[in-house]
Amino acid sequence: MALINVKTREVQIKIVYYGPGRGGKTTNLEYINRTYKEQIKTEMVSLKTNDDRTLFFDFLPFDVGKIKGFDVTIQLYTVPGQVKYNATRKLVLRGVDGIVFVADVQKSQRGKNIESLNQLYENLKTYQLDLFKMPLVMQYNKVDLRKSDVETLDSKTLQRDLNSRLKVPAFEASASNGGNVIPTLKKIISTTLVSIQDQIF
Amino acid sequence: MYDTKQLNAIDNAILQRLIGAGIDHVIFMDLSGNAIAKHSNGKTDLDATSFAALAAGNFAAVDAMARLVGESEFSLLFHKGEKLSIHFSKVTEDTLLISMFGKNISLGLVRLKVAETIEEMNRVLS
Repeated sequence: MALINVKTREVQIKIVYYGPGRGGKTTNLEYINRTYKEQIKTEMVSLKTNDDRTLFFDFLPFDVGKIKGFDVTIQLYTVPGQVKYNATRKLVLRGVDGIVFVADVQKSQRGKNIESLNQLYENLKTYQLDLFKMPLVMQYNKVDLRKSDVETLDSKTLQRDLNSRLKVPAFEASASNGGNVIPTLKKIISTTLVSIQDQIF
Repeated sequence: MYDTKQLNAIDNAILQRLIGAGIDHVIFMDLSGNAIAKHSNGKTDLDATSFAALAAGNFAAVDAMARLVGESEFSLLFHKGEKLSIHFSKVTEDTLLISMFGKNISLGLVRLKVAETIEEMNRVLS
């Protein structure tokens, strides 16, 4: 739940990038960090394994300015994608206000996307949160691979697999070169702000 | 959400009992990683936002470890450094108090002052 401090007039919002391992969650944050370097006062925090995989989370806070007299800070987190780290994924989801689900368009990852989304639903339930009521944006990442000989899923299939019931905004993206990273971010921020505005304003 | 009266009382408790006793930095935060109040003696800089995010992760991981060994929680954590040490203590079910202090103040005094502060905070928050 967003932290609202009525004394310092600050709002802190937690957005988590969730999805299967090696899907591009950290790459999204790295691109955002590079793009908004001016507005980001602190270093991006990354807790990684020796082979550069996310061990616990990445963390990137940045200010989006004032909304109705409140200073709004967005805190972006990623979760570790590897299957064995579900306990840590659950910890990172504590207090989440909005989620970007980063799916991998590679055909070989189809099952892992679905499994990860199902686990997200279950993990949120442990905090009495409902995925169907949570601000959520889908991102189908690595569409640049469609130009290569790697077998990929078309967005219609991904929509059917992951978004037929949720019906949330979805973006095709290519996080490694920044394609649609910022539109995804803007969408989740605006959706999350709308969902918490009753609490704040 | 805390009201202004509660936040003022929390600030006063931290400033008088902890910063006043010689502790360098104090962060009162929720377990989601948000800093609710942060105070410093002004002598050194600290990126409190990132610190709070990492502290929440650290505390949550230790909490999960406690449950694995059959403890309901480890309510107190302490990290000792060469020049600076960090003391973590749970305040309520959802909040933590973190105190960073140098060699000029003993762990015993920090524990005493933190216990007094938490007692006062709980009175304010209840």
